[in-house]
Amino acid sequence: MNGRRRARSRKAIATALQFLVVVATTYLGLLAVTFFIGRVIPIDPVLAVLGDRAPAHVVERTREAMGLNLPLYQQFFIYCRQALSGDFGVSVLTTNPVMTDIRRVFPATMELATLGTLIGALIGVPLGVLAAVKRGSIADQIVRVIGLVGYSVPIFWLALLALLVFYARLRWVAYPGRIDIVYEYTFSPITGFYLVDALWQGQWDVFRDIFRHIILPASLLGYFSLAYISRMTRSFMLNELQQEYIVAARAKGLSEARIIWGHALRNAAVPLVTVIALSYAGLLEGSVLTETVFAWPGLGLYITNSLQNADMNAVLGGTIIIGSVFIGINLLSDLLYRTLDPRTRAR
Amino acid sequence: MSLATETRPLTRREWLLSDRPQSRLQARLGRAYMTWRRFSANRLAVVGLLILLGLCFVAAFADLLAPHSPVIGNLAGARLLSPGSEGYLLGTDDQGRDILSRLIHGSRLTLAVVVLVAVIAAPVGLIVGAVAGYAGGWIDAILMRITDIFLAFPKLVLALAFVAALGPGIENAVIAIAITSWPPYARIARAETLTLRNSDYIAAVRLMGASPARIVFRHVIPMCMSSLIVRVTLDMAGIILTAAGLGFLGLGAQPPLPEWGAMIASGRRFILDQWWVATMPGIAILIVSLGFNLLGDGLRDALDPRESGQ
Repeated sequence: MNGRRRARSRKAIATALQFLVVVATTYLGLLAVTFFIGRVIPIDPVLAVLGDRAPAHVVERTREAMGLNLPLYQQFFIYCRQALSGDFGVSVLTTNPVMTDIRRVFPATMELATLGTLIGALIGVPLGVLAAVKRGSIADQIVRVIGLVGYSVPIFWLALLALLVFYARLRWVAYPGRIDIVYEYTFSPITGFYLVDALWQGQWDVFRDIFRHIILPASLLGYFSLAYISRMTRSFMLNELQQEYIVAARAKGLSEARIIWGHALRNAAVPLVTVIALSYAGLLEGSVLTETVFAWPGLGLYITNSLQNADMNAVLGGTIIIGSVFIGINLLSDLLYRTLDPRTRAR
Repeated sequence: MSLATETRPLTRREWLLSDRPQSRLQARLGRAYMTWRRFSANRLAVVGLLILLGLCFVAAFADLLAPHSPVIGNLAGARLLSPGSEGYLLGTDDQGRDILSRLIHGSRLTLAVVVLVAVIAAPVGLIVGAVAGYAGGWIDAILMRITDIFLAFPKLVLALAFVAALGPGIENAVIAIAITSWPPYARIARAETLTLRNSDYIAAVRLMGASPARIVFRHVIPMCMSSLIVRVTLDMAGIILTAAGLGFLGLGAQPPLPEWGAMIASGRRFILDQWWVATMPGIAILIVSLGFNLLGDGLRDALDPRESGQ
């Protein structure tokens, strides 16, 4: 008995180690790519700091001070050490350390992506179930078209049209931005998630205003995750509905609703969690274009603004952060999959 | 159709569907015909194919089809005309350029981006995947680790960073998109190769003394093609959207090139009053990427019935 238990714990340790190696190499790869991008850039980093009129000896001294005379592998080592301790250099545009800037803008992006994923999952999953249950019907076709258009439409274009219709013509939502200028200086956020903060402080008028700002970009992002989630839900549900336990449940005389929501969807839920996690990661990326259109002060807007000003430290820092979140979410969904589905547990 | 005249002449269909083909050509044509029948039974897929043929046609004859110059506008008399104006079917932009003509010429850029990315990324992924799958061992481990690293990246953000480093422009946009889009192809090619590696015909070729390179290039890679084509077609829509997104951010094609994403960006200033300037290019992007998605779905069902999820 003891031997078997020891074997099991050894296996668990081996799995954990494997995970660790995967994460470490992926992260190293991420850093290697951003390092490479930072070095192949045609702008000389020294000239970027000093300008092109600095005397030669100053250029040489600065080059040495910046560590650019060291062999490449040493530079990479220093770069990794700095990046791992959260030091991505100073942003030329804002003159703050990049990490400070990112800490300030990141909650805005997360709030948007979270609300978007919520909208996408709450509408997408029922739509996918409906399409699978009524396979081949008009409803199925409509869900399919919704999904196809979601895969094919440029998000920034749809965002512009949505602004035109819902803001300019109908006046249902507020103008681009995160919060009305009236509240901008009176409202003091705690966590950086404005909706939560306003609720927490019981400021209902502020909450209403923030909601009117966030609802349009969040719905747009939600539409894109809806396209993905409903499609995957449909295929998972079709797969489950063919299984024999469904026939058995029907034979027992269970109601159709119970079979669909209680049995089939419950079994489809495990891969669905992975899909929803991945769509969350996708929205963090999709926010780059959406935030530009909606002037949403998040990470996406920060990256594109820095890009336009050749502020490479900020661009690469933002890339590393989004990449890290991507790696983290991938890993998390993998772990969730293993813990939620008893069939994949190590025996 | 000179063969099989003993009893009665075969119709063309019977010749194609014959289960005893008399020549390699007949067998190939027969298979292609079966695939086409499965494919054309899906009406939406045919619509997708027609859209893309239309795109190719428009791109090929852009000079003849476009009523005006795509670059030189009529600043004096035709600024921001609404759609349906005399001589300007889709209206004009802020520099008096005909939007329809710009869209027609822009189709060349879209097609060029798609074809170039496919030509660069697909072979790279194919070779990496096939070599990794066939070689196995540490070569496989290293190549797949690299693939996974690239797969773990957010595509658009990585493309942004690459373009930021290389400088804006349509060539650099193509390179950046290609760098970010090969890993899924490597995954597919490896999976296919693993199923083929231990099959009898590979063993037979090896027994005849073929070198590993010959086996991979002549006997493994051709077998990976159909699933790869499906995947590439399905990816095309995403590639078009990424290219348009880069153009929208000012990092893709530079003015005055009539790239559709950049056209949307330049129409953004007028969206409240002259909505058509930004709307028309978006419709063009939507139609073309919808075409690729429909075609990809149809091809998947026709070539790869296992994958269709039905």
